[in-house]
Amino acid sequence: MIVVFGVVLYPMGRTLVLSLVDATSALQTEFTFSGLSNYTALLSNSEFWATVWRTAVFTVFSTAVELVVGLLLAQFLNQRIRGQWFFRSLVVLAWALPTIVSANMWRWILHPEYGALNGLLMHLGLLDSYKDWIGGPTQALFVVALVDAWKTTPLVAILLLASMQTIGDDVYEAAAMDGAGAVRRFLSITIPMLKPAIAVVLVLRTIEAFKVFDIIYIMTRGGPDSGTTTIAFYTYLQAFSNQEFSLGSAAAYLTVLFIFVLSLVYLRMLRTDSGGTA
Amino acid sequence: MHSISRRRLLSLPLVLGAAAVLPGCAVSGPSRGSGGSSGPVTLNALFMKQASYSEDDIRGMLAAFRKAHPDITVQPTFVAYEALHDKIVISAPAGTYDVVLIDCIWPAELASKNMLLDVTDRYQQAWLDDILPGTLGSVTYKDRKYGMPWIPGGKLFFYNTRMLKDAGVDESAMATWDGVLEAARTLKAKKVVEHPLVWSWAHAEAMICDYAQLLGAFGGRFLDDAGKAAFHQGGGLQALEWMKRTLDEGLSAPSSTKLLEDDVKKVVVQGDAAIALNWDYMYSESNDPKQSKIVGELKPAVSPKGPGGQGPAVDGSMGLSVTATSKHPDAAWQLVAFLCGKENQLQYVERSLPVWDSAYEDPKLTGGAQAPLVAADKAQYGSLIERPQVVQYNAVSQEIQAGLQSCLVGGTPAAQALSDAAAKVNHIIGG
Repeated sequence: MIVVFGVVLYPMGRTLVLSLVDATSALQTEFTFSGLSNYTALLSNSEFWATVWRTAVFTVFSTAVELVVGLLLAQFLNQRIRGQWFFRSLVVLAWALPTIVSANMWRWILHPEYGALNGLLMHLGLLDSYKDWIGGPTQALFVVALVDAWKTTPLVAILLLASMQTIGDDVYEAAAMDGAGAVRRFLSITIPMLKPAIAVVLVLRTIEAFKVFDIIYIMTRGGPDSGTTTIAFYTYLQAFSNQEFSLGSAAAYLTVLFIFVLSLVYLRMLRTDSGGTA
Repeated sequence: MHSISRRRLLSLPLVLGAAAVLPGCAVSGPSRGSGGSSGPVTLNALFMKQASYSEDDIRGMLAAFRKAHPDITVQPTFVAYEALHDKIVISAPAGTYDVVLIDCIWPAELASKNMLLDVTDRYQQAWLDDILPGTLGSVTYKDRKYGMPWIPGGKLFFYNTRMLKDAGVDESAMATWDGVLEAARTLKAKKVVEHPLVWSWAHAEAMICDYAQLLGAFGGRFLDDAGKAAFHQGGGLQALEWMKRTLDEGLSAPSSTKLLEDDVKKVVVQGDAAIALNWDYMYSESNDPKQSKIVGELKPAVSPKGPGGQGPAVDGSMGLSVTATSKHPDAAWQLVAFLCGKENQLQYVERSLPVWDSAYEDPKLTGGAQAPLVAADKAQYGSLIERPQVVQYNAVSQEIQAGLQSCLVGGTPAAQALSDAAAKVNHIIGG
């Protein structure tokens, strides 16, 4: 309990208080109560809303890719094939890498001058000159979201696989005897029975993706043209680069609020799916 | 408005959470120890990883310091330049570091927020007479000194003499930015190199350095006499238009908007560009056969002149400071004075030139492999341009970066991109 208080509750409380004063230095000793002015300053700032929009795009795209690819991957890993353990280990590898390692790796793979991807595509004759994969702001946001999806899809796949393995073979056999093909069985049996697991994955990944920071810090530092400045990166810039600790704290609390609302929506979905008993 | 003390601020979350469970966790404010260095002392010092002195160089310097001061142990920490400022700020309340490396754009912010020790009274007159005047700005705020300059200099202009020769371009063209533009067109037309120019125009401070150099050459200013944004008109605007033109004509490497100085160095030493701005260290690395394909081809020079006849280099000096929260300020100051001292700096002239004027008469500098660099640096020190010396520098810089990238990457017209940035900068400065 003491640990939870020390690493969760106290920092949360302190951040809340900071968001209500005028802290502009790490060594400040006197503070003036400023009410909700930091919140209103953010909510009336178009730049802040641009970061919210970018974060939403990042979250939806990255989570959607993770869910679709993760589902297909889980289906593949659920097959009785030779060397199944090898494929499962291989899939987990990407997720097991620390984010700082995978982000740096992708930064170099995508590097406009020395990137391995450019080298490979040139070698295969698919490119005639090096391409800047994160050259434009929108392009960069989607590429970074794909890197996030690459990193996290294995987790999604493993979670869905665990749930998939609880579906009995007899259900599929009965459907097959009724003439249902593989696609029909997947759509009519697998997907509906995975709904609770999918809902859990959606909640977890949406929250995580909404808070994305490390991949952006390493790969793009918010650029180009602010195209990857998400709400977490914006919060970091305000709090630590600019020493606008109060503004940063308010941005952090608004992030919590957004995530809270999203979580409520998902919980509502969960409740509906389980007949109001969840 | 109610005034709240730090103590109350710290205690509020406790009340909000669970009262009195962690009273000892409050972060204390700046505390000053006795300052004495009697007895064994351990200092923590924060340096940067890249450019100028290497980690090995600094460890060598610290070993020499330990030999001279056996009672003082120094624990160095190395971070990327991009993380240096934030590390200083975040560690300040805990008083983690005794000595920190600071960039010339931070004294206003860090000193005004009482994060650095005022060492004005520790300066000797002989130092003030000998330290290159341009470098003192890296540790000065409101006429007070908050450290000692350690790494001098402006961003130099480099060009590949072999490539110019292959294209039939006379080196005299490198004297002006107009000449550089024409030379780049010739280099491209004659297919000597696909993109003759390469820049560090990533969404980072590096871009501000390049822009400052061009802004100064075109006769612009970041701020006017009243402290308001002035970069969106005159020379500041012309500089951005010039930058955009080089991208549109394919003269600048398109990847420039993604590169930092270290990337620029790699492009240049691989022979993939002919002309670039960079810090001194690119010169020695261009002559290292282990990593360079252009050994002996790169020439350092003063920054080209713009239409107004000015050719300033952006001031990129860095200094070492004692933190205000250091419990051993005297020992920390001894370390700073040692590292910044002429004798120490003369041991590492291949990595960074000294901040001492008299050191430039030393045979290591006048006759060594660094002689061309020394000559260019000495000539350039007389013409440096400062980035805005304001307390909110980082926020200001971020807005200018966003404005520049909005034009170079996003395609917003230069005038509009800079006007938008200027409005935001004025808002920040005006509070």
